[in-house]
Amino acid sequence: MIRLENVNKVYRTERVETLALENINLDVAPGEFVSVMGPSGCGKSTLLNLIGLLDAPSSGNLSLDGAAVATWKDGRLAEFRNEKLGFVFQSFHLVPDLKVVDNVEIPLLYRKTNGTPRRKLAQAALDRVGLASRIHHFPTQLSGGQQQRVAIARAIVGKPRILLADEPTGNLDSAMGDEIMDILHDLNKKDGTTIVMVTHDDRFARRTDRIVRLFDGRQVA
Amino acid sequence: MLTNYIKVALKVLARRKFFTFISLFGISFTLLVLMVATAMLDNVFAPRAPESKFDRVIGVYRIGFHGENFNATGNPGYRFIKEYVLDLPGAEATSVFSNSSTIGMYHDDRKIETHLRRTDGAYWRILDFDFLEGGPFSEDDNANASFVAVITDDMRTKLYGGGSKALGKTFEADGQRFRVVGVVRAVPITREVGFSEIWVPIRTMKTREYERQWMGGFGGIVLARNRSDFEALRREFTQRTSRFVFEDKTFNRLAAGLDTRLEFAGRAVLGSQFKGNRALVFRGILAGLALLFMLLPTMNLVSINLSRIMERASEIGVRKAFGASSRTLIGQFVVENVVLTVIGGLIGFVLSVAVLAALSRMELIPYAIFDVNLRIFFYGLLLAIFFGLISGVYPAWRMSRIQAVNALRGGAL
Repeated sequence: MIRLENVNKVYRTERVETLALENINLDVAPGEFVSVMGPSGCGKSTLLNLIGLLDAPSSGNLSLDGAAVATWKDGRLAEFRNEKLGFVFQSFHLVPDLKVVDNVEIPLLYRKTNGTPRRKLAQAALDRVGLASRIHHFPTQLSGGQQQRVAIARAIVGKPRILLADEPTGNLDSAMGDEIMDILHDLNKKDGTTIVMVTHDDRFARRTDRIVRLFDGRQVA
Repeated sequence: MLTNYIKVALKVLARRKFFTFISLFGISFTLLVLMVATAMLDNVFAPRAPESKFDRVIGVYRIGFHGENFNATGNPGYRFIKEYVLDLPGAEATSVFSNSSTIGMYHDDRKIETHLRRTDGAYWRILDFDFLEGGPFSEDDNANASFVAVITDDMRTKLYGGGSKALGKTFEADGQRFRVVGVVRAVPITREVGFSEIWVPIRTMKTREYERQWMGGFGGIVLARNRSDFEALRREFTQRTSRFVFEDKTFNRLAAGLDTRLEFAGRAVLGSQFKGNRALVFRGILAGLALLFMLLPTMNLVSINLSRIMERASEIGVRKAFGASSRTLIGQFVVENVVLTVIGGLIGFVLSVAVLAALSRMELIPYAIFDVNLRIFFYGLLLAIFFGLISGVYPAWRMSRIQAVNALRGGAL
């Protein structure tokens, strides 16, 4: 489902060259739930951004769902992200001006889904994360845990095959973190969604199928 | 998608009230000035009573005699119009008329400053005055040099007092006594051909000297059956004038053309030597001035928009992550900006209605009523959309270039 071969990522400025990822080789099977761990600055988020096509590798090969994506232009990448990928971020990144349901509808807008089916799908996704009663609230009217559940609803509303979660429990207390992990597990087991999750928390990492460990940009396990 | 963009645009505007106020103030003030200017130009150039047929009218308003050492330009003379414009084949009607000249007249021991124009009978068929009493004088009245006159309602009040009827009454102007045969609604001075306060037949002139003059004091108009006839009429006019023989050998070249009102304005600005499409170039000059005027507020709006981008970095990152391409984001941001400018345009439109009404009341231009019609509204809307596009495209392009990964990280954009 996800394959990285000899992937390197170098950040260059006028003075400094930083090797963020070095020779990463990773295979994630369909339906697998993988966690990525490592100290701050080891390249976890960079790895997730590469898989999410939000950034491009400096060298090496990356293929998603059997497709080599290296030569794709902006439009094709956007289309692929829309159809196959879902994102959950540590700081939720909900649009504050939009109601909960409008936030969840965002991926469907770019799929040109019409108003009524779009609303139904968004409501179903919110129902799945237990927020059906909060659809007309604004993000700021919700707790951190509820906001993250909205973010998960937004990530799954388009039924992506791959879900990328960047420290989804990082801003939550442990009880709320458990709730979020339960939802991710449910998605993985019932829908077969492939999940790659960056986390600092061993307790949550142990609940995944496999742990990939990074240190100073290198894969150590 | 569009509904969503508009919804987001309205919410963004509501969120940052100060930015919105500054933006809307700049936009509405700019569009107010442009709409007032457009309404004034419309008042001068657009076909409206009594020149409502002027979309089918071309005329000779100015001619030039050129020689090696001397040039003379001015209004055509009666003889020029009679020989080269009247009875042009293919025209629905042709007319000759004098300039509207200022005269002083005495009535009941009061001095009245007014304007008098001398016309033929056809003038009344080409222009459509709103007659409040009686009717126009005829070609026979002109041929017989009948001392009859058409006056405006304002002139009627000056002569006979408010609420009086004028038909059949007489007055003395320019040392001659005329009988009123018609009263029309007053015409603004901006209507070059239609404006006057008193109209009398040409042949009531005290001498026949004007019949021999090639240049000075007159104009001629041609009503075409269709605008498509303009070309043939101009060809015929050019053929006729190519045979022009100069009595005064100081000159050897004639500059004259059958112009629409806009082309005439273009001729005045560009000169008779200019051979291109005068109306088009004149419109271009006006558009250029409008653009120049919009430049500063546009830069201001661009700058505000760029700073708004910083605030919306997270949203941009999210939208990109969930499938928005750069092109889609450009579209979204431009639509948002157009929504902003159209709201500004509507405010500007409402303000311009008030300003134009005040200008009309102040009578800066006698008898001119500056109103906002559908055409002005359409121009205003067009200006607002254009303003929105030019001030939105660059910030939208900058926004679309933001890397999603940077935007989500909250780093430098």
